[in-house]
Amino acid sequence: MTLQQSIDKSAAHRRKLHKPELLAPAGNLEKLKMAVHYGADAVYIGGQKYGLRSNADNFSFDEMKQAVEYASRYDAKVFVATNIFAHNEDIEGIAAYLEQLQEAGISAIIAADPIIMETAKQVAPKVEVHVSTQQSSVNWRTVQYWKEEGAPRVVLGRETSMQEIIEIKKRVDVEIEVFIHGAMCSSYSGRCVLSNHFTDRDSNRGGCCQSCRWQYDLYQKNGNPVAADIPLFAEDDPAFSMSAKDLFMIQNVPALIESGVDSFKIEGRMKTVHYVATVVNAYRQAIDSYLDNPDRYVLKQEWLEEIYKAANRPLNDGFFFDSPAAKDHIFGPEDKLVSYDFAGLVLDYDADTKIATIQQRNYFKPEYEVEFFGPNHTLFHQKVETIWDDKGNELDAARHPLQVVKFKVNQPLKPMDIMRKKLG
Amino acid sequence: MNRNKPELLVTAGSLEEIQMYVKAGADAVNIGENNFGVRMPGNFTTLDIKEAIETAHRLHAKVYVSINNLYHNDDLEALSVYLQQLSEWKVDAVVFGDPAIIMLMKELNIQIPLHWNAEMLSTNYATATYWERKGANRVVLARELNLEEIHDTKRNLQSMEVQVQVHGMTNIYHSRRELLQNYAAHQGKSSVKQDDFSMEKEMYLVEEEREGLQFPIFEDDNGTHVMSAEDICLIEVLDELLEVDLDSLKIEGIMKSAAYNEVVIACYREAIDQYYANPEEYECNPAWLERIKKVQDEHRELTFGFLFKEQVY
Repeated sequence: MTLQQSIDKSAAHRRKLHKPELLAPAGNLEKLKMAVHYGADAVYIGGQKYGLRSNADNFSFDEMKQAVEYASRYDAKVFVATNIFAHNEDIEGIAAYLEQLQEAGISAIIAADPIIMETAKQVAPKVEVHVSTQQSSVNWRTVQYWKEEGAPRVVLGRETSMQEIIEIKKRVDVEIEVFIHGAMCSSYSGRCVLSNHFTDRDSNRGGCCQSCRWQYDLYQKNGNPVAADIPLFAEDDPAFSMSAKDLFMIQNVPALIESGVDSFKIEGRMKTVHYVATVVNAYRQAIDSYLDNPDRYVLKQEWLEEIYKAANRPLNDGFFFDSPAAKDHIFGPEDKLVSYDFAGLVLDYDADTKIATIQQRNYFKPEYEVEFFGPNHTLFHQKVETIWDDKGNELDAARHPLQVVKFKVNQPLKPMDIMRKKLG
Repeated sequence: MNRNKPELLVTAGSLEEIQMYVKAGADAVNIGENNFGVRMPGNFTTLDIKEAIETAHRLHAKVYVSINNLYHNDDLEALSVYLQQLSEWKVDAVVFGDPAIIMLMKELNIQIPLHWNAEMLSTNYATATYWERKGANRVVLARELNLEEIHDTKRNLQSMEVQVQVHGMTNIYHSRRELLQNYAAHQGKSSVKQDDFSMEKEMYLVEEEREGLQFPIFEDDNGTHVMSAEDICLIEVLDELLEVDLDSLKIEGIMKSAAYNEVVIACYREAIDQYYANPEEYECNPAWLERIKKVQDEHRELTFGFLFKEQVY
């Protein structure tokens, strides 16, 4: 360590920077493994019941046990979202379900409905209760209320500004979790039953069909009953919509750390392996870099670029710095930004022959420009050369999902590194 | 069996409306001050509220004040003062959703009856019981519940009162975002100019595949609010609803004229009285629905809401 480095280290130490948890979503066991391997300190998943993603794969109790076991190898925790607002018919099974979560070794539930929190305290005392963002806790008194109810952590509503977060942290001694990346309800979370009204699907029990992103025409009533109402749009104007751009805070990691927030949460239990690994990887590097040396921290352009490779919607910084304006919403057709796709998973690399063994995840063939990335700063691109199957037969392309293929890769790789290809 | 008649509650926007509505048959009114209450049919200043409470009490009607927003740090100080005043003025109940209200009342050491109203989130009896333990004496049920759920909820509650909306529109979306303003800004040089997005402007949304349905939308200091395209009207099925004794039936008066609300109140008043005079012999008088239909906006259908619906997820 040079003198300068040790001075910087002690500066970080003097400022007592608190290391935040990086919390990632995982829609299934593979995504969970990747999230943890790419640097998540904790992962949240959904079970078969009581979660808000009824369309996701979701975990069985057995898979939860595997998830906990795998995560523990990395010292990572597993949380389960039980964030519905229950109806009468849901009440009976809650206790048995929560007991099973405790048995599976789940560290915490993320709950919105107080009856689920109360039941957890009774039947699964080893499982922490984290108050979900669905409760829209946006002031310190409300946060204090949940602390007094026994919750060690409150996930704030996404309407909370950085300044408000700082005040909440100052006033209440409880862990604070905030969303830093991903899609957001444009309403106060939970305060929306558009899906119920449009499609008879209960949004607060996982049936949300994202009606806020649909296109609407805006009119004003004409006082005159015989005249037509007044359209509040010109013919070539885009339609009205309630669609919020996705959140991203990679540029504000230092401010987030300084605010004292305990957990940085990434949204996206429905997102792909490629998305989860890429986003976790970028935030992991930013967080570690700042904590390592806050005075010399520089936001790397590379992290931003990485995020954009996975993003499938436009991005913005939500309510953190000011109230979302026109530029923070999507009017008209949604841009599809996603520019890269998961092409293969690295299973093995032979340093002597430079031959990589790769499991195919999407079509690729020789001459394709691909990119490899992994935790610990692996990031390079190269052209695909001759591809062989696992018996040594030359292939004109890797066509089959999960097919194991081999080809020469010039730089070293590690198992679980990802190969991505450019789209379009 | 001695059955308790439910109270007939209506939201009111002014002192005049309170007098009118009580005269038309309302037992209680729900009012609010725009700094603290959201989606109220009119604004009462703090002093108006004092007068409203006195007026209503003279007329033997109750006054519930909505403090039903989701609050931010900056709101808390003023909220404390307001709660203190309401307590002194002997408001009959505060309608709340944010637990900050419970914290503030504890700190101020004041006791005001509390009605727990988390809009679409008040969906089961067990959670209602939870809020009862925290001091609420009434649950205002989500309008997205069906008949069976409403009845089961009431049956499963010992002493907590149950309030159900029987008429009017409902809020279906609340965002803190200034979505209408943002849309106008996005349109930029568009020929369409608009800078007032209040509920008085009577704006509405039409979804591409649901022509004919008009969803009222407005924006205020609390963000953007979208309302239902239909009005709940349960007068024809009041006997079914009242198979289990409910404690309060609410008429939502927001975005309706006082004259409209007066007609609606009068009809429900008659219906409730007639039902309780002799439940076995009760029949819905078609004239009630006729009277309501006469004043009903032709673009807004009267429906049973979610009363007979099965939702999936």
